[in-house]
Amino acid sequence: MRTSPAAVGNRPRSAPVPLPPGRSEARAAFKDSAGAILGFVPLGLAFGALAAQSGLEWWWAGLSAALAFGGSFEFLLIGLVTAAVPLAAIALSTFMVNVRHVFYALSFPLQRITGRLGKTYAAFALCDEAYALATANQARSWTSRRILWLQLYLHLCWTTSAITGALLGSLIPNGVTGLDFALTAMFTVLALDAIRDMRGDLPSPALALISAAAARLLFPAQMLPAAFALFTATLLARHYFTTRKPSHA
Amino acid sequence: MPDPSYTIAAVLVAAAVTWALRALPFAALTPLRASRTVQYLSTRMPAGVMVILLAYCLRNLPLTHPHALAPLTALAVTIGLHLWRRNALLSILGGTTVHVTLVSTVMAS
Repeated sequence: MRTSPAAVGNRPRSAPVPLPPGRSEARAAFKDSAGAILGFVPLGLAFGALAAQSGLEWWWAGLSAALAFGGSFEFLLIGLVTAAVPLAAIALSTFMVNVRHVFYALSFPLQRITGRLGKTYAAFALCDEAYALATANQARSWTSRRILWLQLYLHLCWTTSAITGALLGSLIPNGVTGLDFALTAMFTVLALDAIRDMRGDLPSPALALISAAAARLLFPAQMLPAAFALFTATLLARHYFTTRKPSHA
Repeated sequence: MPDPSYTIAAVLVAAAVTWALRALPFAALTPLRASRTVQYLSTRMPAGVMVILLAYCLRNLPLTHPHALAPLTALAVTIGLHLWRRNALLSILGGTTVHVTLVSTVMAS
């Protein structure tokens, strides 16, 4: 298992050799985050460009990316802010869209992050991709520093892409529209992947679709919160009835 | 253009709610990790939440109008690419490119 650090002309294989602390952990984290970064750059650019096209300042895109670091939700935030929705409605929408993060606490390895500041930042920057990477099988040996570096890269990459997109966005000719589809495409991809991960449990996505359609018809102005509430209620009802059938309560 | 103090407040509100949602559960949910109901929800919610967000993006799609053709084509391209290559970046870029191209050229009104 020992590899010479001075292996000349012989590229180090990415075997699970424990890395010495410090700079190499930062480098390892960079490699870990490369795939997510590749996805962040075009989405961040699209987010910034969309903000600029919607009439928001470039710094707003940067501020949102740095503070509300929520990826998908920030696209929705553009629409809410340009419609001058009341702040309470923004709080409610944020809650409903990001409430999924509550469940990340069940499996994200926060107990491995050392220090108060580290834990605070890890929870703050816990985006979907950071969660997905840090809870994967290969991440079991990752140290506190490696996870934090990974989150910092994702955070920085998202913020710089958003600002760049916003600054370049004003250069996009007015006739070019339809960039907002990036959000639809991203949810399509995330939905397909999540459904595949469930291995055949199709009733749950079906319940979600029915909840969304019902919310659209019955509460068109509050579709998102209504759909989430309906979906949670139907899931709980399903859980209640499926666990009651067997004899144990 | 909306008032800057409002747009900044909107970001701060969103940031505060997001952070609270990410940080508080670590304290509150730890005792619930063993709860069957919480585990049931945590495994079944993500896919459903994505489906709902996708439906929300398409909520104003005029299904009987030719304008629906561009997003529907782009959606089909995204799904097709993703089922074929399983490469998120490729699927998102491909679908968005098709949409921007169609909306900005063929279907520009």
